[in-house]
Amino acid sequence: MARSLDIRVRVNGTVYERSIEARKLLVDFIRDDLGLTGTHIGCEHGVCGACTVLLNGEPSQSCLIFAVQADGAEIISVEGLRRGHLLHPLQEAFSTAHGLQCGFCTPGMLLSAAYLLQTNPDPSEQDIRLALSGNICRCTGYVNIVKAVQTAARALKVRETDD
Amino acid sequence: MKPPPFDYYAPRDVEEALALLERFGSDARVLAGGQSLVPLMNMRLAAPQQIVDINQIASLDYIEEHDGYLCIGALARHRTIEQSPLVAARCPLLSEAVRFIGHTQVRTRGTIGGSMAHADPAAEYPVVLATFDGVIIAQSSRDQRSIGWQQFFLGPYTVDLQPDEMVMEIRLRKPLQPAACAFFELSRRHGDFALVEASVQLEVDSAGACADVQIALGGVGGAPVRATSAEHYLCWRHVNQTHCKQAAALAAEELEPDDDLHASAEYRKQMASLLVTRALTQAANLAVRPNR
Repeated sequence: MARSLDIRVRVNGTVYERSIEARKLLVDFIRDDLGLTGTHIGCEHGVCGACTVLLNGEPSQSCLIFAVQADGAEIISVEGLRRGHLLHPLQEAFSTAHGLQCGFCTPGMLLSAAYLLQTNPDPSEQDIRLALSGNICRCTGYVNIVKAVQTAARALKVRETDD
Repeated sequence: MKPPPFDYYAPRDVEEALALLERFGSDARVLAGGQSLVPLMNMRLAAPQQIVDINQIASLDYIEEHDGYLCIGALARHRTIEQSPLVAARCPLLSEAVRFIGHTQVRTRGTIGGSMAHADPAAEYPVVLATFDGVIIAQSSRDQRSIGWQQFFLGPYTVDLQPDEMVMEIRLRKPLQPAACAFFELSRRHGDFALVEASVQLEVDSAGACADVQIALGGVGGAPVRATSAEHYLCWRHVNQTHCKQAAALAAEELEPDDDLHASAEYRKQMASLLVTRALTQAANLAVRPNR
């Protein structure tokens, strides 16, 4: 079989068809082939979580998946969180609660946190810390990151009760 | 770094996968969840010529019970096992252990078959397998083998699998008192590699004596170990704090862990004793005592 393959993926709602090398990592595909550079490459061996995306709705490290494996998949990267010009409540909260300094880990943090709030809208501090344990931040010490997720959880709840 | 080039195959069924393994032999590697193989390839510690991606073989992704056994397909993800009501009811020790595997991002992708075949000395599943005297079902184009855990785990990252064989299923005997179990792990931070793991399955009779017990340890050698003298000591004895401590001391005594960067051998032995005591105590508290 070939070392180069055709794939079709839906990223943040847009369908892309590309011909790629089998060894290309999903994160490199997202960044280099699609130009979506919001997803970051940190350790490149599945330890830091900076490259976390939602693959078919579940958080996955895109440095540990070959892009060919994502053929037919639905991917959400950090660019897919906002709605039009509106930031996602998590993105707002990371900004207002100072949940980032250099921002390198933030895309992965946001997607792990987004998955947490989807599956557990009312997380305890412990739940948040566990959910983000696969994402390493070397600046903040996590206190404001946890606060940001709590703030976003409250904001999302208010919206739900509004409806 | 980036992984070296390879030819990619995504077989649709087991027969096709086994034919590829037979054709390419040790040049090929099976790709399941990729949480160990892909980092090795990214770091260029592994450079397979062919990748046989089994993720599309849906028939390998199942959790079932048959004839007193819990049978788990090689492609079952950690996350699926973690959330399985069947596992929680029949083998809660496995549900407990799986929570120690990496982080959410690792558990959504990683598979039980992959973890067994990779055989990291600090992995959780091999210790669970040892606790229940479990077996690995491996298959090649030639035949199918049922391999006991003692024969399967040969050492660090080394298992009894031929290049043309693939892990198909993990089979655990269901415990009589499923709730009476405990899994404890010590690591530097949650989700990191274990320094020591202790796993206990206990059966307590109506008089409060130990009717059966399995104690297994991980992270303290190249392969998981069963603390047989501790088990022999505790059997038929009343399950109390003194006897649990004594059993744990016996379990630690037999270990021969290595010193490494993360912990000295002596520290690992002390922690093994502590974790086995805690695991036995928790299992005893959870034990259902019949006729009471």
